[in-house]
Amino acid sequence: MSLSLTKHAMPEQEPKVRARNFDEVTLGYSKETAMAEAERCLNCKKPLCRQGCPVEIDIPAFISHVKEGKFEEALTEIKSVNSLPAVCGRVCPQEEQCEKHCILAKRGESVAIGRLERFVADYSMGQGETIQPIEYAPDAQKVAIIGSGPAGLAAAGDLAKFGYQVTIFEALHTAGGVLSYGIPEFRLPKDKIVKTEIDNLCKIGVKIEVNSVVGKLVTIDELMEEEGFDSVFIATGAGLPHFMRIPGENLNGVYAANEFLTRCNLMKAYKFPNHATPLHVGKNVAVVGGGNVAMDAARTALRLGAEHVYIVYRRSEAELPARLEEVHHAKDEGIDFKLLNNPVAVVGDEQGWVKGLKCIQMELGEPDASGRRRPVAIEGSEFELAVDTVVIAIGQGPNPLVQSTTPGLETNKHGNIIADEETGATSKPGVFAGGDIVTGAATVILAMGAGKKAAVAIDQYLKEKRA
Amino acid sequence: MYKILTKKELSQGVLLFELEAPRIAKKAEPGQFVIVRTDEEGERVPLTIADFDRAKGTITIIFQEVGASTKQLGSFCEGDSILDLVGPLGKKTHIEKMGNVICIGGGIGVAPIYPIARGMKQAGNHVISIMGARNKDILILEEEMNAVNDEVYITTDDGSKGHKGFVTDQLKMLIDSGMEISTVIAIGPVVMMRSVAETTRPYGIKTLVSLNPIMVDGTGMCGGCRVQVGDESKFACVDGPEFDAHQVDFAGLMSRQRMYKTQEAAHECHCANQAKKQGGDCQCHSH
Ligand SMILES: Cc1cc2nc3c(=O)[nH]c(=O)nc-3n(C[C@H](O)[C@H](O)[C@H](O)COP(=O)(O)OP(=O)(O)OC[C@H]3O[C@@H](n4cnc5c(N)ncnc54)[C@H](O)[C@@H]3O)c2cc1C
Ligand SMILES: Cc1cc2nc3c(=O)[nH]c(=O)nc-3n(C[C@H](O)[C@H](O)[C@H](O)COP(=O)(O)OP(=O)(O)OC[C@H]3O[C@@H](n4cnc5c(N)ncnc54)[C@H](O)[C@@H]3O)c2cc1C
Ligand code: SF4
Ligand code: SF4
Ligand code: FES
Repeated sequence: MSLSLTKHAMPEQEPKVRARNFDEVTLGYSKETAMAEAERCLNCKKPLCRQGCPVEIDIPAFISHVKEGKFEEALTEIKSVNSLPAVCGRVCPQEEQCEKHCILAKRGESVAIGRLERFVADYSMGQGETIQPIEYAPDAQKVAIIGSGPAGLAAAGDLAKFGYQVTIFEALHTAGGVLSYGIPEFRLPKDKIVKTEIDNLCKIGVKIEVNSVVGKLVTIDELMEEEGFDSVFIATGAGLPHFMRIPGENLNGVYAANEFLTRCNLMKAYKFPNHATPLHVGKNVAVVGGGNVAMDAARTALRLGAEHVYIVYRRSEAELPARLEEVHHAKDEGIDFKLLNNPVAVVGDEQGWVKGLKCIQMELGEPDASGRRRPVAIEGSEFELAVDTVVIAIGQGPNPLVQSTTPGLETNKHGNIIADEETGATSKPGVFAGGDIVTGAATVILAMGAGKKAAVAIDQYLKEKRA
Repeated sequence: MYKILTKKELSQGVLLFELEAPRIAKKAEPGQFVIVRTDEEGERVPLTIADFDRAKGTITIIFQEVGASTKQLGSFCEGDSILDLVGPLGKKTHIEKMGNVICIGGGIGVAPIYPIARGMKQAGNHVISIMGARNKDILILEEEMNAVNDEVYITTDDGSKGHKGFVTDQLKMLIDSGMEISTVIAIGPVVMMRSVAETTRPYGIKTLVSLNPIMVDGTGMCGGCRVQVGDESKFACVDGPEFDAHQVDFAGLMSRQRMYKTQEAAHECHCANQAKKQGGDCQCHSH
């Protein structure tokens, strides 16, 4: 039997149907499809795929288990290094990571590693995976984690397994970080996936204190000096929205993507008025930016009833930073890509509402510092898009709350915490940091990887401290 | 869950809750606020910390039932618990000895001005407060204000108590009396704060106002609370809520506050209908 050069297709909701509901877009492989897809893996002696995975999952090993229908073994293999496979299988930019390096990608399509990972995780969830609480030593040392995004959750899981008493402090009323407030339901189901993963963590004994803004309610020094925490891991993410600093940005109808998505995902505005938080979605919506955040905002707007949704991005298709799958899904759903265009002003009406977005056309010039060709404005090419909502998704920076209330914690010129790449150690003894707060906005798996590395380093630090 | 230890009606539609929140009470300072969420379906509602008792571990909020969410909150009884309470948020008022300080509270704005007046007094200032209301029935915290101020002036729109007129008339009189005024702090409806700013501007008197744009998270994450201050766009929840009154774009603030007018009306109507159908409270919220 010759092996197929293409992946087994992912079953998904019809574009026309899904563009109007919040149910998950992709439906997941069946057992049979998963096993058939696993057959495509060559079980390479030197698996290149592993180099592409930031946490180096033993990909051929877990896929071999899938081939044989041993899904629990497959899950154990994955979970030995990745505690959130149901999440990563869904949201990792696989085409840039594991699948990019797969040997099959040289001739055709790679093995569908992400889809298989998701299948394994979902399968076991359906079977009611059993979780054993950890028995802590009465004198177990205490670790505080600030922020419950992927970095914080990954560190918490590992530290609990090492035997430490872990408390996560989370500013919002729901744990999960971007997984809860940013990435939409139709891409990452909240109750089924995110909440289940977090509940599992609580079951092993991790405490989560929501509604706790560190820097306001309590400082890191107070946690360490007054509340008996032996070490702290800062995982506060990149939560500060950037604006474009163009005229009209404070008009009604202009949102930062963070607000637009938070209202919808965290506050459930898509269930308004049964849920009390409103969200304004006009008829015509322009989303500025080309990353995952922009795709999520655009597709959310569509689902909330917008008739026409534009993505306005200043570079070309090749530079779109979003996951490939999201770009395809967005296009299938009818999102209108206005590439090589840059907004120069938001235009308002007399009542203070948005009525248009003035843009200028761009062309690609010489490569810039990022190695991508720099977009340059074409003089005299301004035009106005008639829109009544504008969502700005051009990136996020670090929220300064923790840094500004923690003496001795060094930051770089962007305000990110400076931390050792291998250990997460900061300039302050006993304090570690990782995830987007250190790297700037990146990916779920990188944040988790940082959390895991920090857990190992914290373990080391606490052992030395005790000795 | 955060328990309501005391519930009092201060005037028609204005309620006081004393909430059990030892951690917040320990840290709260005048000028800061909390965000409450009554239940799973509820909005995040920002409310100023009107008082705090560190020893008892409580904070006090005073709010006006203006729309669906504040009415929902108002339907809670003594002994009930609200689901979420987060704070203290925002920057605290800068309090130090500076001389004569004038605190102006309009309507419900008296509630947040009270701990500031008290703090200013404790810091050794001569504190003069002006309390304004439409009529005498909706004046709140008169006794409390009398206890912490050196001088208290009352103005009502209809003259039913104190001076007939606006807080700014009284302010103008104080300015004209020639007294040295180091700072004016005004909290109340946006139109009132704007008038105060216009009253002090010609004299160059330092004037602070506490802004109440629509908020979601209150931690600087969403950008929804942005207001134009001078040539900068500021996030009121973390950069404020207090700002230099002479720099604030009040028109922009008012416009943004009206952003959800249609939805707010629809939500209230929805809740009222639910209530009618089921007899009693709106049942779409699960408390
Ligand atoms: C809309 C959107 C879509 C994305 N899509 C993808 C994708 O498809 N694939 C992918 O790999 N990546 C994606 N990303 C990026 C990815 O989500 C982030 O890189 C990742 O979540 C970072 O994890 P983190 O743990 O560092 O921080 P976060 O997930 O940001 O979590 C930080 C947490 O800390 C809390 N916090 C902040 N300050 C405080 C404080 N002072 N006290 C207490 N708690 C605090 C925050 O409330 C938050 O819950 C997306 C991001 C967004 C916004
Ligand atoms: C920092 C701050 C401190 C405040 N302190 C107090 C206080 O001590 N006492 C008090 O009575 N009120 C206070 N407010 C105002 C209070 O938050 C609003 O009255 C309340 O949110 C209205 O909600 P609603 O659903 O009942 O009314 P709605 O009918 O939804 O709205 C009525 C008006 O309230 C404002 N509003 C609506 N939603 C929000 C929101 N999420 N955040 C802010 N404003 C909103 C809008 O301008 C709106 O037009 C404060 C606001 C802020 C930002
Ligand atoms: S965690 Fe992400 S990068 Fe690693 S194997 Fe899974 S999908 Fe690929
Ligand atoms: S590189 Fe591809 S074929 Fe080889 S082991 Fe990895 S997934 Fe399988
Ligand atoms: S309320 Fe979200 S940034 Fe201020």
